[in-house]
Amino acid sequence: MKILVCISHVPDTTSKINFTDNDSQFDTSGVQFVINPNDEFGLTRAMWFKEKQGASVDVVTVGGAEVEPTLRKALAIGADTAIRVDTPAVDGYQVAKQLSAVVKDGGYDLVIAGRESIDYNGGMVPGMVAAMTGASFVNTCISLEIDGNNATAIREIDGGKETSTATLPLVIGGQKGLVEESDLRIPNMRGIMMARKKPLNVVPATDASSETNSVSFSKPEPKGAVTLVEADNLDKLIDLLHNEAKAI
Amino acid sequence: MSVLVYTESENGSFKKTAYEVASYAKGVADMMGTDVAAISFNANDAGDLGTYGVNRLHNVSDSKLDKFNAAAYANAIAQAAKTEGAKVVVISSSADSRYLGSLVSVHLEAGYVSNVTELPSSTDPFTVKRTVFTNKAFSNTAITTDVKLVGLSKNAYGLKENATECAVQSFEPSLTDNDFSVTVQSVDKATDKVTIADAEVVVSAGRGMKGPENWGMIEELADVLGAATACSKPVSDLGWRPHGEHVGQTGKPVASNLYIAIGISGAIQHLAGINSSKVKVVINTDPEAPFFKAADYGVVGDAFEVVPALIDKLKAFKAANA
Ligand SMILES: Cc1cc2nc3c(=O)[nH]c(=O)nc-3n(C[C@H](O)[C@H](O)[C@H](O)COP(=O)(O)OP(=O)(O)OC[C@H]3O[C@@H](n4cnc5c(N)ncnc54)[C@H](O)[C@@H]3O)c2cc1C
Repeated sequence: MKILVCISHVPDTTSKINFTDNDSQFDTSGVQFVINPNDEFGLTRAMWFKEKQGASVDVVTVGGAEVEPTLRKALAIGADTAIRVDTPAVDGYQVAKQLSAVVKDGGYDLVIAGRESIDYNGGMVPGMVAAMTGASFVNTCISLEIDGNNATAIREIDGGKETSTATLPLVIGGQKGLVEESDLRIPNMRGIMMARKKPLNVVPATDASSETNSVSFSKPEPKGAVTLVEADNLDKLIDLLHNEAKAI
Repeated sequence: MSVLVYTESENGSFKKTAYEVASYAKGVADMMGTDVAAISFNANDAGDLGTYGVNRLHNVSDSKLDKFNAAAYANAIAQAAKTEGAKVVVISSSADSRYLGSLVSVHLEAGYVSNVTELPSSTDPFTVKRTVFTNKAFSNTAITTDVKLVGLSKNAYGLKENATECAVQSFEPSLTDNDFSVTVQSVDKATDKVTIADAEVVVSAGRGMKGPENWGMIEELADVLGAATACSKPVSDLGWRPHGEHVGQTGKPVASNLYIAIGISGAIQHLAGINSSKVKVVINTDPEAPFFKAADYGVVGDAFEVVPALIDKLKAFKAANA
């Protein structure tokens, strides 16, 4: 089985979010970049398939040279080959176009992407890749089993879970649940050494324009101070919630 | 031309999200000088769609589509958009709508923006405000394609009445085997409970509850308020509560009217998931807990004393205001 894991290179979850150039660009200074948490669950599930059922695992990112440390980390975790599509990521559509070209070239059976990346939260890349390559698609996937050409996937729905079956090729939008958090891997020294010798192929971008563009960014209005209520005066809290906040 | 809206239903009846996206679609249609058409699957009738400004409902009746099917629904929505000549398609941000959104977008070659919080600031260029960086910021985003697909954030726009007559017509999309390549085998849903996604009020608790055996009072508080229960990440990691209740950056976003956080520290990854909730109440023993900075109302106190007392007082309040 040939697996491709799509990796998004995102600011670490504790990053302070600021903008520059008249609020038109994300300010990357001082920001640590990591593998998108949703993708990390998918990468670990891919390693499980590789070790337990036999599979090759490639990882791919769309972006400039600055994303290579993130790809190296994925190689150190155990991916066989990394691919960088050499163009800046502009929007979900343009990224999905680039990834689809890699999927078609590589003839992958299974494409694992994260349900969304934690920077732009669009949640559109996995579904677009599926639609562009003609593969089946399961989103918000929290469990995936593959038996030959058949997949059984569980996805999270509002208020529960849904189990479905599909044949490969399949694209999933994965998330926490695909593997236990305690199974996530931290690259060890041996992995890091081996990653240096693994191929990181830089491929040229295909021609694809974007469909949307971020004109400007803004931040939420600063919040007023909290109103504290004494623990022995909860009538006050109920009064505030009823009359001031109109929330009950 | 018209604005097309996908209206979600369950067992034939429209969900509240359907009326919210319809309200929003009417707002967009007014800006563009056009009307609103809707598409639904196996709806019993037009429900209250007319009340919220929908002029026509294209209803697909097909027992094969009784269960949600992203690929087939997406193909049908795209065909309805083409039939209507719709320039704007509006969907919600439920798990199902997010599932089919990207597929609709590819069918229609429509630029798709999700997590939209307001009406467009301009329709030419078509520019909408959406949340980014897990609710830590907003982006004004222009859609440059001829057809636009908007995914509306939950509870962002609210319900707005604009009564009109809604005509129901049946719609028969042509679907192929490819649209059924994913087959739903079973759905496991807690039917008698309010879900986090639909709830107006969410009662959430964290590691400060010490163990799963202490959730009885959290559930009771939720019951009194007609609320859904939720939790912080370590609580679901420890298996005290199901994964589906975990709120935050790596869990679910919550956009409720009222969010009550009990024994939750307020780490940045948790706050990211609740930024779009309107009123936040925090109960925590530690006056330095970061959550107090994000809250509207706070009680510094022990949950094991505060929550039972709050339950009693809320019961009395409800009885007096019934
Ligand atoms: C990549 C990444 C992603 C993450 N994503 C998420 C996410 O999506 N959601 C999430 O929640 N977290 C997430 N986290 C974890 C987050 O950083 C915090 O660890 C977590 O939110 C803390 O949960 P907590 O507040 O329940 O527990 P704790 O940090 O243990 O805090 C417990 C709180 O309870 C209070 N308390 C204790 N006893 C009582 C009492 N008797 N009465 C009242 N209060 C009491 C304490 O004062 C404390 O403030 C993520 C972390 C990482 C690294």
